[in-house]
Amino acid sequence: MKALDIQDLKKTYKGGVQALKGINLSVEQGDFFALLGPNGAGKSTTIGIISSLVNKSSGSVKVSGHCIDEELVEAKTCIGLVPQEFNFSQFETPFQIVVNQAGYYGVPRKIAKVRAEKYLTQLDLWDKRDSRARELSGGMKRRLMIARALMHEPKILILDEPTAGVDIEIRRSMWSFLTELNEQGITIILTTHYLEEAEMLCRNIAIIDKGTIVENTSMKNLISKLNIETFILDTSPVKESPTLEGFNCRQVDDHTIEVDVPKDTSLNSVFTQLSQQEIQVLSMRNKSNRLEELFVKLVEDGRNSTEEKANV
Amino acid sequence: MSSRNMVALRTIWIKECTRFLRIWVQTLVPPAITMSLYFVIFGNLIGSRIGQMGGFTYMEFIVPGLIMMSVITSSYSNVSSSFFSAKFQNSIEELMVAPIPHWILILGYVGGGIARALIIGVIVTVVSLFFVDIRIHNLVSLILILVLTASLFSAAGLINAVYAKTFDDISIIPTFVLTPLTYLGGVFYSLSLLPEFWQWVSKVNPIVYMVNGFRYGFLGTADVAFSTSLFVLVLFNILFFTVAYQLISRGIGTRS
Repeated sequence: MKALDIQDLKKTYKGGVQALKGINLSVEQGDFFALLGPNGAGKSTTIGIISSLVNKSSGSVKVSGHCIDEELVEAKTCIGLVPQEFNFSQFETPFQIVVNQAGYYGVPRKIAKVRAEKYLTQLDLWDKRDSRARELSGGMKRRLMIARALMHEPKILILDEPTAGVDIEIRRSMWSFLTELNEQGITIILTTHYLEEAEMLCRNIAIIDKGTIVENTSMKNLISKLNIETFILDTSPVKESPTLEGFNCRQVDDHTIEVDVPKDTSLNSVFTQLSQQEIQVLSMRNKSNRLEELFVKLVEDGRNSTEEKANV
Repeated sequence: MSSRNMVALRTIWIKECTRFLRIWVQTLVPPAITMSLYFVIFGNLIGSRIGQMGGFTYMEFIVPGLIMMSVITSSYSNVSSSFFSAKFQNSIEELMVAPIPHWILILGYVGGGIARALIIGVIVTVVSLFFVDIRIHNLVSLILILVLTASLFSAAGLINAVYAKTFDDISIIPTFVLTPLTYLGGVFYSLSLLPEFWQWVSKVNPIVYMVNGFRYGFLGTADVAFSTSLFVLVLFNILFFTVAYQLISRGIGTRS
């Protein structure tokens, strides 16, 4: 049984905007799945439909085998949602917010209080349990929404850009927390703008653009599509652009060169050849996020093929 | 009712009560002050010159209507402002994603409105004891009318909040509809004082039935038969609850 099974899902808003043009998507139980796409691609609409915040126009959605049209209560019980925008009362305390959320799912207050301590502690919010929610920092509010989503112990956790606007330290602690949850068997679906985040956490990925899935594959497969990676080398002074056999090489300035390295090619040869030309490599780094380039390419390819179809 | 629904209902109700108790200065104190002024000015100062109304002192006559006025205003504003605030802050999504049947959600909010209305009813009654010796003719009918009125206006407040897009939208109905209907609903005068035509017009106003039903509970007499008051209240409750259910289940104002 799949954690999530979406078939031919369409959504047209009242103003006539077609947010989803018939997407198919499936996520296996226990997966760590990324849904990527530019702004306005349809990610939040998809999540909204899965979690009953948006009415679909047509198509079917099954959550852990429960169709949202016929078994909505069962489907809702399986999902914990961490939305993009803060959506709790700013006047309540974190403790009240999480305990109430458990109550909405039918968790008795006694059990809810025990779970509140567990999840608020795990997310480093226990000391703030009696503060007003509006007094929390942005990172704390995000963690509060994660704690709230876990209160009814769902099978699937859906996070809509959970690390947007949080600092690197908190982002990394959230990553390790989510990884732990996934290891405990919770299926995690997240949307993110940080491709590094998707690469680090997720096993499978779908890329959505303008309401259409343009790629749906494993992270491994996606990364294997990267053929060339560009490195920036900080070097000892370079008089003229060095020639490297088997590599494209460009001189940026007196101390910097760029080298294109084909996939599965050893970097040793680059260093050997530079050494022979008496150029010392002092440090090196990737020119840009390779996954980001691939993402842009996939989105552009998707748009071009749509335009071609339209022209035909 | 399943135990899960029971827990959900209790949670919404506690949350609602916690909300109005947290801001008690805004929610519980103003009716006590306003009604004290009514009792002093209309009851003591002007009322002493009016003499008898329907066979009772003017103060005795207006007490039930003034309690009812507070109950109507507070139950309506409690639910309309709470539900609209939840929409405004998007915290309504907490309820929308949870497996809560729509009727539980409605009952939870209405329950909160009734709780506030009952507390205010008690506060205003206690205030009135400083001005007049209250007699209670029939406690059961008193409580029945009080709860049915509070539930009716709580449901009405919910409907208002569902449609509201700004905070102005939740003050328009109380200002332009509720206040005139309440003042013309026989709170301060007996319908028998009006010409026959205006008596007939007044009977189109549902608040007349609530005020008179409540007055019957206190004084044992009213302009309208108690059974008619009860019938009108039940009818309007069914109507408003049905509309509220339809709106919430269709996701009007809550789902895109």
